[in-house]
Amino acid sequence: MALKARAKETLAAYLFLSPNLIGFIIFTFLPVFVSLFLSFFKYDILNPPTFIGVKNFVDLLGFHSEAGKTVANDPKFWQYLWNTVFLMFSIPLCMMASLGLAIALNRKIKGESVFRTLFFLPSICPGVAIAILWLWILNPEFGMLNNMIYWIGKLLGFDLPGPLWLNSLGWSKPSLMLMNLWIGVGGFNMILYLAALQGIPRDFYEAAEIDGANGWQKFWAITWPQISPTTFFIFIMSIIGGFQGGFMQAYIMTGGGPGGATTTIEYYIFNNLYTWQNAGYAAAIAWFLFLVIFVVSLVNWRFGGKLVHY
Amino acid sequence: MKIDKSLDRVKHRSAVQAKERTLRISAYVVLIIGALSMIMPFLWMVTTSLKTLNAIFVQPKNWIQMFVPTMLVWQNYVDAWTKVPFGQFYLNSIIVGMAVTVGQVFTSSLAAYAFARLTFPGRDKLFFAYLATMMIPGSVTMIPVYVLMRVFRWVDTYQALIIPAIFSAYGTFMLRQFFMTLPKDLEDAAKIDGCGFFRIYMTIILPLSKPALATLTVFTFMGNWGSFMWPLLVTNTMTMRTLPIGLESFKTQYSTDWHLLMAGSVMVMLPIVIIFIFTQRYFVESIKLTGVKG
Repeated sequence: MALKARAKETLAAYLFLSPNLIGFIIFTFLPVFVSLFLSFFKYDILNPPTFIGVKNFVDLLGFHSEAGKTVANDPKFWQYLWNTVFLMFSIPLCMMASLGLAIALNRKIKGESVFRTLFFLPSICPGVAIAILWLWILNPEFGMLNNMIYWIGKLLGFDLPGPLWLNSLGWSKPSLMLMNLWIGVGGFNMILYLAALQGIPRDFYEAAEIDGANGWQKFWAITWPQISPTTFFIFIMSIIGGFQGGFMQAYIMTGGGPGGATTTIEYYIFNNLYTWQNAGYAAAIAWFLFLVIFVVSLVNWRFGGKLVHY
Repeated sequence: MKIDKSLDRVKHRSAVQAKERTLRISAYVVLIIGALSMIMPFLWMVTTSLKTLNAIFVQPKNWIQMFVPTMLVWQNYVDAWTKVPFGQFYLNSIIVGMAVTVGQVFTSSLAAYAFARLTFPGRDKLFFAYLATMMIPGSVTMIPVYVLMRVFRWVDTYQALIIPAIFSAYGTFMLRQFFMTLPKDLEDAAKIDGCGFFRIYMTIILPLSKPALATLTVFTFMGNWGSFMWPLLVTNTMTMRTLPIGLESFKTQYSTDWHLLMAGSVMVMLPIVIIFIFTQRYFVESIKLTGVKG
């Protein structure tokens, strides 16, 4: 009797699961392995794939000697990997700003929901529209930013030329980081921080006040350790997101330039797959990216976990 | 002596109050600076979208000219709408967005019910597989699925835009987390009354989960509205493009007509901004539901 009931429950469970599970297997689970499989082939999607062993990976990650010097087989790839990492340097800044806004919002402020809505807005707007808007903001001649820089210069009494932003080799990455900061600062991270701050028991602060702690001491002794799980979570998620970032900006705003300065790994994968119809190589890069993210996450859990206080 | 002490206390209290006030004021300063930097680009976008072509290439003389629309050229919106088939893009985005949302909420809630409420062999392993795939970069799975679309000859069809986007591990995960928080008593009572699992799902779980279902609905629809890389891969013709791809091709054709581009961007953003303003409390809840514990 009990056995029959259990069999019935199992059957019901798989019936409930099946619509989602079938789709999940076809569009997520199997593709992970098909992707790995494809990375050992040369495949242009039109003709049948040809097995080439680890050639894609050698082309991607290997080095060869050229006129006595060691050169990467795909020097572009390393440049793009560096670009991707460079763009992630804005993560700590973005997190600090998110925390700052969350702390300010947490002070029982009038109009809290208005502020929250405003801060959240950029992160929910369609990325294409935001990218086109920022292309115009960063326009060297007539854009908003350089207009403002020009006025500030005039206020100070001299001619302050704004940078060429996306058109300049040195400024293109900072431009995108500024834009990412604007998009990300008030979004999910700020809400997560706000929730974490609201979860700290008030008694902790009251006890510290009795001991005569000042605001700064209270922050480092109570707030910071109490929100460390959130900080850690946001950091890991930002890193994972960062490695996969930059496609939309490159595609819409810069075309990956100038001189490949804003091409990220994600954009390189897209171009290999779509523009050059080189699905095998694209799969190899994607799997490499997966491994990098996996290793970085592991290292984070292993070492970062120790810094988290509960 | 006594008076001295209470005087001290009053002094101390007013010092604390003064400090509290400074902190409060600095919080407002931070928030106002933040709010201004958030809103300025949007104002600049709207102002530009209402200018003539000549006016956008003149340096604004002051803040007012920059951030307050002094011209109101509504014709820009008409022009943007007619220069590329924006109506068709809107229609495609709405069709795809609604189909994906309905499909995702339906399949995710069924699966989430099984994960949260039923016992069956392999449940935890399967759930772990769902969770694990959330860590895998989208591009890893995207490549074979794109190849599959080509092989199926689904490129430039609604199927290609809709079906692969339906099955999300995230939706299942989020709803499962919510279902776990529901009390079990009602279900037990229903079971004693001889209710089947599907009846329980329909008459108890779903009605109790309206906030979570609403959240997933809004999330999915908004996410799909902004979706870019996938529709770019699987559509070739103007008639199949969704709004983001349509806006991008508009940008390629009219790359210096910033007044029209801004009008187009406003049109793409507006529905999302409106939906967001009315549903934002769900966002906060769901972020707390899935985020803090993770």
